[in-house]
Amino acid sequence: MTNKNTIPNRQAMCNTLIETATRDENIVVLTSDSRGSASLKAYAEALPEQMVEVGIAEQNIVGIAAGLAHSGKRPFAVSPACFLSMRSIEQVKVDVAYSNMNVKLVGISGGVSYGALGMSHHSLQDFAVTRAIPNLQVLVPADRFETMAMFRELVKSSQPAYIRLGRNPVADCYEHADYGFEIGKAVRMTQGDDITLIATGETVRVALDAAELLGKQNISAEVINIHSIKPLDTNAIISSARKTGVVITVEEHSIHGGLGAAVVETLAMERDVVTKIIGFPDEELVTGTSPELFAHYGLEKNNLVKIAREMLGESYGDSEG
Amino acid sequence: MTHTLKRKANQIRKDIMKMIYRAKTGHTGSDLSCADILVTLYYHVLKIDPQNPDDPERDRYVQSKGHAAEVLWAVLADKGFFEKEELLTFSQYQSRLIGHPNNQVPGVEMNTGSLGHGLAVSTGMALAAKMDKKPYKVYTLMGDGELAEGSVWEGAMAAAHYQLDNLTAIIDRNGLQITGKSEDVMGIDPLADKWRSFGWQVLEVDGNDVDQLISAFGFPNEVGRPKMIIAHTVKGKGVSLAENTPEWHHYVPSEEEYTAALNDLDNFMGGTSHDK
Repeated sequence: MTNKNTIPNRQAMCNTLIETATRDENIVVLTSDSRGSASLKAYAEALPEQMVEVGIAEQNIVGIAAGLAHSGKRPFAVSPACFLSMRSIEQVKVDVAYSNMNVKLVGISGGVSYGALGMSHHSLQDFAVTRAIPNLQVLVPADRFETMAMFRELVKSSQPAYIRLGRNPVADCYEHADYGFEIGKAVRMTQGDDITLIATGETVRVALDAAELLGKQNISAEVINIHSIKPLDTNAIISSARKTGVVITVEEHSIHGGLGAAVVETLAMERDVVTKIIGFPDEELVTGTSPELFAHYGLEKNNLVKIAREMLGESYGDSEG
Repeated sequence: MTHTLKRKANQIRKDIMKMIYRAKTGHTGSDLSCADILVTLYYHVLKIDPQNPDDPERDRYVQSKGHAAEVLWAVLADKGFFEKEELLTFSQYQSRLIGHPNNQVPGVEMNTGSLGHGLAVSTGMALAAKMDKKPYKVYTLMGDGELAEGSVWEGAMAAAHYQLDNLTAIIDRNGLQITGKSEDVMGIDPLADKWRSFGWQVLEVDGNDVDQLISAFGFPNEVGRPKMIIAHTVKGKGVSLAENTPEWHHYVPSEEEYTAALNDLDNFMGGTSHDK
């Protein structure tokens, strides 16, 4: 059940980067006046020679990172997801992905982390945009342990990647980081036969909590954590969907073009599967904190349970009402 | 030396015209204006080895004005980075010689084509050299129309901030872009003052004069300052029909115009033919 973890994923990133960059002088972190919001002050103090500040210039952070990568550095460009995935998307496409430069683009305070700061600061289109770019991985850790595991892999990988992190601490989904994380390999968090819940990032915890509630109602839910939206573990999605026939995706992203879309594309040829996409609607959001927005738009366990019961009722023909 | 470079530039211009005429596509005017700059770089300035194109110690050249790809392909082939016959495939189905630089081809550092990217990338390369205390130098060529891109100035600020005196940028100041005169489309003068105020050392030369280019490249960087060479050029240089006409920015000559262009280039330096 949900615990009271107080360590945000960005903090876990910072700790992992300090740990690895201390041993590898080619690791360089770039920030765009964002070291505070990225929780990277400790890194900057520990490894000032491996830190590059570019000021408030998101196009520049990506271009400079690409140039550093070109000359053998392993740059992590860390900037708010809303800007990194929009303002600098052309540099991401051309300088990083197309030119095949080993840059890790870390979008911090992703999704609706910034809450009441409004649409300019929300990144609810980043999965859609980044996953349409060839040669760019799209990764989203569920909790602090997965963040650690992911960044340990990222410092070893030579592939361009976009990683989205949230701002606030999320309740743990794992008990430790050594569970065999692999880029491109989904994690089956719970086994179930009745319904498949597919989630990414902060919504993995939501799906796990919903699965627990469903279990109390004798509905067995399989929760799949897609930490790699690209490359996507299509086998894991298809095999679970074939087993349950009923799929709900839930993501902190627009309902267009994100995890749900990726899952539906994967399941398009499956005759006997129904899928429902839960995410943020294609409209300006109401004002609120991140938890308020999750609740308002139904990215929460009770809504998932309700939708699951509705879908199961329809597909089994025994709707309660 | 300069006589050889001038002849080389003339030969490269002919290669460019042949490629564009054959492929029926290309940025003719843009290529011709900066041919002398690329020839000076590749045959006099850059420490590079076509046999070892990934040498970590090599100088780097990033062509930010990526649309002038034909001149880059012609120079790289002539230097031996790939076989010259491959130039015949330019822009053809499945060719790796695209209409913009492609770093799958030996000798090309970065993919460019979208303007305003090269300076930031070059800044990153020069910064890496400083971090690793390596002596290699980084060069990037921009167009003057390109300077309307805001990202250029983000790069300009960072290069000065990090005191990258191992970085040299060149502006191909031909004064024309696809719509017309650059000063009419979006004024950028006083250009030298802008770069000086951004903390750069600025030199101005005739960019179609290899002697002046050699001096400018050889002029030592001020300690802690990136160097800007504003190269005043003639768009379409060497082909009288193309000179100073914006229409030739992205223009494929007719057979008649092509013959006239080659004729102009053949008559260069008293009609001596120095083709390989």
